[in-house]
Amino acid sequence: MTEMPETEIQTNFAAAKAPAVETSLRRFISDFTENRIAVCALMVLLVVVLIAVFAPLISPQNPYNLAEIDIMDGRLPPGSASMSGMTFWLGTDDQGRDMLSAIFYGLRISLGVGAMSGFIALCLGTCIGLAAAYFGGRVDTVIMRLVDLQLSFPAILIALMLLAILGRGVDKIVIALITVQWAYYARTVRGSALVERGKEYIEAAHGLALGKVRIVFRHLMPNVLPPLIVVGTVQVAHAILLEATLSFLGIGVPITKPSLGLLIFTGFEYMMSGKYWISFFPGIALLITIVSINLVGDQLRDVLNPRLQR
Amino acid sequence: MSVFIIRRLIQSSLVIVAMSLIVFFSVNVIGNPVDILINPEFDQEEMDRAIKALGLDLPIWQQYLHFVKNAFQGDFGRSFVFGESALKLIIQRVPATLELAFTALILSILIGIPLGLFAGLRPDSPVSKTIMGGSILGFSLPTFWVGIMMIMIFAVVLGVLPSTGRGETVTILGIRVSFLTWDGLKHLLMPAVNLALLKISLVIRLTRAGTREVILQDYVKFARAKGLSDRRVIFVHVLKNILIPVITVIGLELGNLIAFSVVTETVFAWPGMGKLIIDAIQLLDRPIIVAYLMIIVFMFVTINLVVDILYSVLDPRVRLQDIKA
Repeated sequence: MTEMPETEIQTNFAAAKAPAVETSLRRFISDFTENRIAVCALMVLLVVVLIAVFAPLISPQNPYNLAEIDIMDGRLPPGSASMSGMTFWLGTDDQGRDMLSAIFYGLRISLGVGAMSGFIALCLGTCIGLAAAYFGGRVDTVIMRLVDLQLSFPAILIALMLLAILGRGVDKIVIALITVQWAYYARTVRGSALVERGKEYIEAAHGLALGKVRIVFRHLMPNVLPPLIVVGTVQVAHAILLEATLSFLGIGVPITKPSLGLLIFTGFEYMMSGKYWISFFPGIALLITIVSINLVGDQLRDVLNPRLQR
Repeated sequence: MSVFIIRRLIQSSLVIVAMSLIVFFSVNVIGNPVDILINPEFDQEEMDRAIKALGLDLPIWQQYLHFVKNAFQGDFGRSFVFGESALKLIIQRVPATLELAFTALILSILIGIPLGLFAGLRPDSPVSKTIMGGSILGFSLPTFWVGIMMIMIFAVVLGVLPSTGRGETVTILGIRVSFLTWDGLKHLLMPAVNLALLKISLVIRLTRAGTREVILQDYVKFARAKGLSDRRVIFVHVLKNILIPVITVIGLELGNLIAFSVVTETVFAWPGMGKLIIDAIQLLDRPIIVAYLMIIVFMFVTINLVVDILYSVLDPRVRLQDIKA
């Protein structure tokens, strides 16, 4: 047992030479692709995002350009042709808009609002959570009391209360969604940062007399990212769903910027006369988006959970 | 124990005071009450008189004290739309909301626990996988959209269930309830199932996770080793032990159900307090909005307080931890 087999030395050498980031990234990718459903979900999600980004380029018509729509085409069932010969694959709404185009544009608003509020809430929550964990003591107590207090109220209720006071609008719903979400991020970050803070590398950083800001953002933050990513994906799905719900209730986005939720609301009144497609298809689009985000989130949680690390 | 309760009571009152400040100032400072409360066709002299009558010329902190004093007497002003006391209008709607929420709660327990138990006992069977897949769907489905689709299928296409309202009601102890008449039950079924869907998924997941944990415990192994029948092991030893956490979580979810009933009530035109607030927001009926916000905060603070106290009774560690902190 004194001599190592040559091949093993070589593999060890190769492993040592490859940059650490790349190997962990590679492992992450191979772990993630183990679950075929999650890979499919990720691809679906990518398609949804691409549709949202390029909606103006790929939509059959611009549903909010009055010159392109004709009220005579209103409430046509899926597959019917317009006065000008265009086919409405998913039917039209009461104004004669092509539903497919309306859904593409709606996705843009739904995803945009969800992603933007999620991102701002993530930044805000991370900073607050890091501050709570790093400073501890009274700062920590006050912040966590506030977090606990907020989490004891259902998210929809807080959003409802805020919008009741602020009124409707894209900026207002983003504010409401940020207010609802920051606490989840703060709690997650604080939890993992408390664990990380006690580790030796932070002590070493202190020993090197690095500045507080540098320690928190360069050393502590990268190590609390994995759980944050998991919470982030789930929260974005929640945010999109919540926005749709609030818009459906008529207190979310304004009529000039219809998200998927507002499209479903528009179709609701035609439901009773059997015109299902105005509500049905936007709902399917919403469902596909939410399910794919949740499936990707589930797999991310499994892959990034250190307790399940193989 | 009493120290713990007193501390929690003080904290809860602080939350209510803070919320009353936030609600009062956001309604009165962000929005201008003069525009909202006074007829815009008044001339300057009439306007001044009206401002004086409403106490709007007083410093803001005096106005706040006035608001608090009135709130304690149950006076949140009159609804602009209905012309009745805002508080009374809301209180009238509370039973309908509670009936819906409790029915949904019971449904989620009755459906969720058996399915979750099955999925936990036979994790690899295709039926369990279907149940778990369904529960993911339950989390992802937008409640309001499912409600619309239910109306589409059961009310429009099949025509077997009514789509809106409460139906025939019976008065018991001065409270109108739907679930005692056949017509009322038919009206209650769809909204309750709709509201329960999310919770059913939650109960399934909790029960499954609990079952999988409990069946590995020594006492279950011992019960099996003693030669007890499967039925007895499952229904006595396993079920009893998973019920405690599941019921606790479900109890906590009651508040959530009340909050979410806003959505279901809007879809099914169920005349509860959620429908009232949505209508009030759309019509800018401020007294109703303020009264609703204060009542809902009070309700949730009370629910949280009760839950905290119950927890500390059931689990002394919570109490001790709080005293240490």
